[in-house]
Amino acid sequence: MRQVLCALVPAVVAHVWFFGYGILFQLVLAVGFALGLEAAMLKLRDRPLKPFLSDYSAVVTGVLFALCMPPLAPWWVTAVGMVFAIVIAKHLYGGLGYNLFNPAMVGFAAVIVAFPLELSHWLLPRQLSPGLPGLAETAQAILTGGLPESLNWDAVTGATPLDRLRTGVTENLAIGEIRNSPVFGDFGGLGWEWIANFYALGGLYLMWRRVISWHVPVAVIATTILVSTPLWLLGPDTNPSPMQHVFSGALVLAAFFIATDPVSGCSTPRSKLLFGAGVAVLTLAIRRWGGYPDGVAFAVLLMNMAAPLVDRLTRPRTYGHYRSRKESSHPGGD
Amino acid sequence: MDDALPGDRIHGFHGGLKLQHHKQTACQHPVERPPLPERLFIAMRQHQGETGRTLVETGEHVLKGQALTEAGDDFIVPEHAPTSGTIEGVIDYPAAMPPGSMRRTIVLVPDGEDRPAPRQPLEDWQERRADEIVDHLHRSGLAGLGGAMFPTAAKLRGGWSGLHTLILNGAECEPWIACDEMLMRERARDVVEGGLILAHAAGARQVVIAIEDRMGLVEEKLREARSALGAERRVRIRKVFTIYPEGGERQIIQALTGREVPHDGLPQDLGVVVHNVGTAAAARDAVVEGRPLVERIVTVTGPGIADPRNLLALVGTPFAHLVEAAGGYREGVTRLVLGGPMSGTALPSDEIPVTKGSNCVLALTREETAPTQPTLPCINCGECVRVCPARLLPQTLFKLVEAENYDDAADYDLADCIECGCCAAVCPSHIPLVDFYKHGKDELTRRRLDRRRAALAKRRYEAREERLERERQARRAKRQEREEKLKRSETDAKSEIQAAIERAKRKKEGGND
Repeated sequence: MRQVLCALVPAVVAHVWFFGYGILFQLVLAVGFALGLEAAMLKLRDRPLKPFLSDYSAVVTGVLFALCMPPLAPWWVTAVGMVFAIVIAKHLYGGLGYNLFNPAMVGFAAVIVAFPLELSHWLLPRQLSPGLPGLAETAQAILTGGLPESLNWDAVTGATPLDRLRTGVTENLAIGEIRNSPVFGDFGGLGWEWIANFYALGGLYLMWRRVISWHVPVAVIATTILVSTPLWLLGPDTNPSPMQHVFSGALVLAAFFIATDPVSGCSTPRSKLLFGAGVAVLTLAIRRWGGYPDGVAFAVLLMNMAAPLVDRLTRPRTYGHYRSRKESSHPGGD
Repeated sequence: MDDALPGDRIHGFHGGLKLQHHKQTACQHPVERPPLPERLFIAMRQHQGETGRTLVETGEHVLKGQALTEAGDDFIVPEHAPTSGTIEGVIDYPAAMPPGSMRRTIVLVPDGEDRPAPRQPLEDWQERRADEIVDHLHRSGLAGLGGAMFPTAAKLRGGWSGLHTLILNGAECEPWIACDEMLMRERARDVVEGGLILAHAAGARQVVIAIEDRMGLVEEKLREARSALGAERRVRIRKVFTIYPEGGERQIIQALTGREVPHDGLPQDLGVVVHNVGTAAAARDAVVEGRPLVERIVTVTGPGIADPRNLLALVGTPFAHLVEAAGGYREGVTRLVLGGPMSGTALPSDEIPVTKGSNCVLALTREETAPTQPTLPCINCGECVRVCPARLLPQTLFKLVEAENYDDAADYDLADCIECGCCAAVCPSHIPLVDFYKHGKDELTRRRLDRRRAALAKRRYEAREERLERERQARRAKRQEREEKLKRSETDAKSEIQAAIERAKRKKEGGND
């Protein structure tokens, strides 16, 4: 778990560079709430504090949640998110190892439904912003929910690239025209694509250290590309390019850090591939037809629901159990 | 069917672990014979199956190799006197397997002379029928030396059609255990010859000796022995990777043939049969020299042993005696294990005696046995799935057994778990997984027995009900018959009275006239 946190450091640094100090406040708030709530729930459930607080699972939940939040989201939004993540999604289901759903994603889903306005205040990256909020301004925004006199929401925030694509397509603009907007970078959103690169870098480090297996990340990204490429080739004006899909929103973060959560995911190599593919397909479907610009959180939650079934359907063949009689007379067969 | 013969390719198997093998620890000395112990404790039943009838009486003097119990069918393996001496009695004595059990045990006090009974070799074994050899091996008390002590005769008999290969398993299952390696180093020729005898008895055309890829010296020795016996064409030597549990029967078959033994079948279904290299050497001793199986090599090793080594121990020697011969215990020994560290059993006492299947005594110290970390909840990480050689879903089985959902656990093939312990070794939550599987299997067995008992009780009850009903009906029929009879006799009586009255009336009337 500590390695997971290390792997996220480059992306957090990039986040601070592009979008200011907000993310640091969000991280501190989310981790603080996560640990506090975890301790309270352990106490209530009469469980030992030390092994469960020192396993870093609550910290990771807090960090992943914070990385999904707009940098200036007020503190109570984070608090509500953490209550849903730690209290409801984790401990009411029996604590570590027994949660059906990814706690961070439950928290995020809860706040995106409950606080749509606060969750739409995404800062513009440094290059497009008249001036990123400083430390004091960030603190004020997060603690009071309002901006100081010197700033106003319309100036420092803007629709995310995915949002813009969405509204653009509904206004019958071609993707090429939409992408003329300065918020887009080479592939995804300006700034965001670099953060995604650093997520991928951290993810590769985790694979190298064998903290996560390659199956889920590869399945998520490969499926995203495989499904979106033919659509893009058929209608490049209405369908975003595969690279746009991969580098937008939380897809890379999810591929390496969220869908790889073992507890709420699948456990055999084959089922992990299917799980990742499912996350990718559902994300694309929600981006295309859903009510929210990015669907990663909901895609992960839906696949969490399906995980036991996927595991069941892809059960490996036990040693000495042949599928058919014919096979049993010529097993192996090489 | 020649394409089904194990080829040159080593196929490997799913999962498994590369472990530190620690074998050299015990291989510094040649195999030695420890001094005779004061008493030998020969368990009358060492193997699966039944106990043979005792052939000796208390106070009787016996010679080395004399039969102590009688050979029965293939599952009743006889025991022989490991040395000459006096029978002190037959007592209940603790046994290693199952843990905590007691066995009927013959106590023999050696006289120190080691006088042998007349030997009965089986001459010209090449010319003999397979059955004759199997009978001879059975009379000589052969049981699998790999650990399970499965009666050798029961494995050889049966005339399996299409059986082509005898696999001699020289791949030690576990770290620390080195008795098979030492045996092949020192008695390579006897192993190869024994393999040929077993192959002849099983009706197999070829012998494949499987050794681990790190046993360099052994391969050389086996090749020399093979040439000396002129059996280059019939005996093949195959190196398998040293991956635990490669030495397991089903895993070694998969590694050599690429095929899996059916879950409800036997290796013979694939045309192969597997014997331990120690069993082969013992078969050679029995056939060529006429010596019954009364001794075996035991590895006495571990961090808790002063001078680890391999000892040629008589069956019935208490483990304490072997430890003493290996320099005694070091300080801080906390556990004595029979077998290897992965799937061995803890010995409750070092007074437990050597059996034909005792391959290794491992003394562990506080350092190895102290619980390092507390058990945490399963986080479904799938590490256990990766290493399971039976390709089970260990984490699912754990959750099902924990929830006492034994029926579903059975559906997930709990019975196919070979209890190798790979899953528990890699579990990041330190869950003692194998304990759960053992418990689950016991529970399934208990339920099966319960079901059988219930079915029997039901059948008995139904039979009783049927009998009672039959009796009731018989009684009813009888009563009816009696009633009818009574009725009939009543009407008879009535009509008689009537007739009498009428007669009297008529008389009266007549008298009045």
